[in-house]
Amino acid sequence: MADLSINFAGIKAPNPFWLASAPPTNSGYQVMKAFDAGWGGAVWKTLGVPVVNVSSRYGSVNYRDTRMMGFNNIELISDRPLSANLREIEEVKKYFPNHAVIASLMVETRAEWEQIIKDVTNAGADGIELNFGCPHGMCERGMGSAVGQEPEVLKTIVGWVMEASKIPVITKLSPNISHITDPGLAAVQGGTNAISLVNTFKSIVGIDLDTYAPYPTVDGKGTNGGYCGPAIKPIAMQMVRELAQHPEIGKVAISGIGGIETWRDVVEYILLGASSVQVCTAAMHYGFGIVREMEAGVQQFMKEKGYNTIYDFCGKALPQATEWKHLNLHYKVVANIHAEKCIGCQLCYIACDDGAHQAIALPANGSRTPSIIEENCVGCNLCSLVCPVEQCITMDRRDDGKLHDTWEERTLAGNIPDSFEDERAGGNHHWVPEPKEALNKFKK
Amino acid sequence: MAEYNIPRTEAEFDSNFAPKKPLMNDTEAYVESSRCLFCYDAPCMHACPTHIDIPLFIKQIHTGNTLGSAQTIYQTNWLGNTCGKVCPTSELCEGACVYNHQGIKPIDIGRLQNYATHTAIEAEAPLFGAAPPNQKKVAVIGAGPAGIACASELRTLGYMVDIFEAKELPSGLGVHGTAPYKITNEEVLAEINFLQQRLGFNIHLGSPVTTVHHISALEAHYDAVFLGIGLGPTATLMIPGEGKHHVVGAVEFIETIRMRKHLVLVPPRVVVLGGGNTALDAASESARMGAHKVTLAYRRSKQHMGGYKFEYKHAIGCGVDAIFNVTPVEILGNDKATGVKFIRTDIRDGQRVNLEGSEFIIECDMVIKATGQAKFPDLFNMIEGLKMDNGHRVMVNEHFQTTNPKYFAGGDAVNGGAEVVNAAYEGKMAARGIAKFLNN
Repeated sequence: MADLSINFAGIKAPNPFWLASAPPTNSGYQVMKAFDAGWGGAVWKTLGVPVVNVSSRYGSVNYRDTRMMGFNNIELISDRPLSANLREIEEVKKYFPNHAVIASLMVETRAEWEQIIKDVTNAGADGIELNFGCPHGMCERGMGSAVGQEPEVLKTIVGWVMEASKIPVITKLSPNISHITDPGLAAVQGGTNAISLVNTFKSIVGIDLDTYAPYPTVDGKGTNGGYCGPAIKPIAMQMVRELAQHPEIGKVAISGIGGIETWRDVVEYILLGASSVQVCTAAMHYGFGIVREMEAGVQQFMKEKGYNTIYDFCGKALPQATEWKHLNLHYKVVANIHAEKCIGCQLCYIACDDGAHQAIALPANGSRTPSIIEENCVGCNLCSLVCPVEQCITMDRRDDGKLHDTWEERTLAGNIPDSFEDERAGGNHHWVPEPKEALNKFKK
Repeated sequence: MAEYNIPRTEAEFDSNFAPKKPLMNDTEAYVESSRCLFCYDAPCMHACPTHIDIPLFIKQIHTGNTLGSAQTIYQTNWLGNTCGKVCPTSELCEGACVYNHQGIKPIDIGRLQNYATHTAIEAEAPLFGAAPPNQKKVAVIGAGPAGIACASELRTLGYMVDIFEAKELPSGLGVHGTAPYKITNEEVLAEINFLQQRLGFNIHLGSPVTTVHHISALEAHYDAVFLGIGLGPTATLMIPGEGKHHVVGAVEFIETIRMRKHLVLVPPRVVVLGGGNTALDAASESARMGAHKVTLAYRRSKQHMGGYKFEYKHAIGCGVDAIFNVTPVEILGNDKATGVKFIRTDIRDGQRVNLEGSEFIIECDMVIKATGQAKFPDLFNMIEGLKMDNGHRVMVNEHFQTTNPKYFAGGDAVNGGAEVVNAAYEGKMAARGIAKFLNN
């Protein structure tokens, strides 16, 4: 068995699977149950100023028969008394001294920050997470994402916290910003020990078609919620990558958050530079038991790859995650339909003809298996992505791998096209049907 | 051992004939509809004789536009609900589903179709209506699937339509000839009522058309006539003993069971003669009525059976035994059938021959003949210029127009006996043919 333990900016945990600050960490009961189930850490539901919550609170985006592919909430920070939370943090730490209990905090004034840091430190918290991300409700009161969207304010508050705190500090970022590196750099310059991201995205998950109110609806009205769940994972991973690759920000530990549900999600975040991950929606959907699948999968992955610790593969995808201008323009793949596997749905044909490059032909012989027009195939992958059969359409390499040439290299060599007629421009010899050939072709 | 006890009450009858395609609940429809791949030029559409836009109606179910889904179905097939229940879907749309090529269960298209159409019927949804009257009148003979489809389509084109039906209930084989586990009488009649309410065709029940006088009256009053009369009673076998008591035709047997349910007493031992779907239905139904020894006897081999494989499996699953390559030579007994004498047959040089000395007897209490239905040549002969083929099927052109230009025909009378869905399609296309004819 590989060693899954981590030391995250001084916060030690038996594994990198943490619960994010959210409803699943609302009470000592839930956190103890989670640790008992196998979670290595928990970021307590944000403590701070007194709030009042509404009913209802959550909304969902379902896709086909999959529920909660996307999820949003308009719930505020903890509405339980601070004293109760502090007492429960203390109790959890008694039972689980080696697990990570991190207190998420959100207050306004410097004095409030200093007091609450003292309180949670005395209760035994292993670290602090600053909630600068909540994009609903709290931001209207000048907290949460209102801070996360103002790098200078964020830096100031991180500075106050760093002066006051004796335990490690994680700054949690809001993704509701054009450049995630702006608040990321501000947090690092303010002295943060680590960064966690992403918090939720401002969102409307749906509209009630009878009342015309957004979901979740509260007495005929709705507000923007914070969006999370599997739907946001690709956007969140890109943000983690940007921070991890930044020369300054990349020096601090990163806790990855956003749509994590399976061991694959965990491994991908770690490969992009996260050294712990935080989960909320999946635990809200399936309960704490999902950590079993995560742990078993990560263990199996590490065994297959020969890794002993999380740090052996942390950030391993970063060198390959590059800018477009560094991609090899000579690399060439084309689609290959393996006829023996084809079930004849012809989704590849219509996807390519309507949505891509008209590089797939229908059979003329009464069969249902389409064929690739290889000279027209740009290797876009679309057909292989829509194909419902595993390994039926593969993308096969056609270049010999000897040539390597990038846009940047061509630019430096003065070898880029300067007009559309230029032979060096792309698409010049790509065959496209005449517009009128489209007519009378539509089939259901 | 019999699989089923004799049903003594209607509840026991219903239990023995529990629906093979029960209505989906909302969750089932939502989950099942999510599986559809939305194939391009979808094979299921091609496999449906009416070419319903199946991927579209499934997508509409999934997006909560259930009435829109029903509209998509009815735009193509006026008997959408009946077909969803009684169609041999595993041989048609579901048999063509591309999932079959992956060893994945095909989409449950028939039941999804019923989910949509049932919802529309229950809601009395105004999905369609008659066109303004064009002052022309069409007579439809027979209120079976072909006649109902023809009448419905004609109403959307503005024609006044009178349907003349010999029996006391409409729907033809719907209520009279379908196995009860496929569809109930109530379901069949609810759909016809739904169509009639919306489209306003007239059905004259108990009004058989049998004489030259009837024919000339129709010709005088109507601009065109549609023949949707289906097939007649079970044909005779021409073997000794056929006239004994307890020797019945399969269509008559099935009709009796549908009409009288648990009040019918099927005796313990039944022999069913034939190898088509009607034979398989009659055998299955005998078993479900509590007969403990049901023998299906077919003159050719299992591979040559006209019935669908799934119907055969279903009959075997009900406890039916089957014997092949046997021909009945005599029905035994005094005034009542007590057995059937068979002779074994073989194929020699492509010809079926009786094997001398191979005669044997199967004792039984009832014989059901499912060896084909008679046609109506006498009626057809009364219509001037109406031609039939060698099998007494009415000959039609691509517009389902007969050789007498005023007469159109569709359904079993034309195709010799096929599915409800074929009749629904032919009736509809004949209506379009009538409109084309009357507008010329």
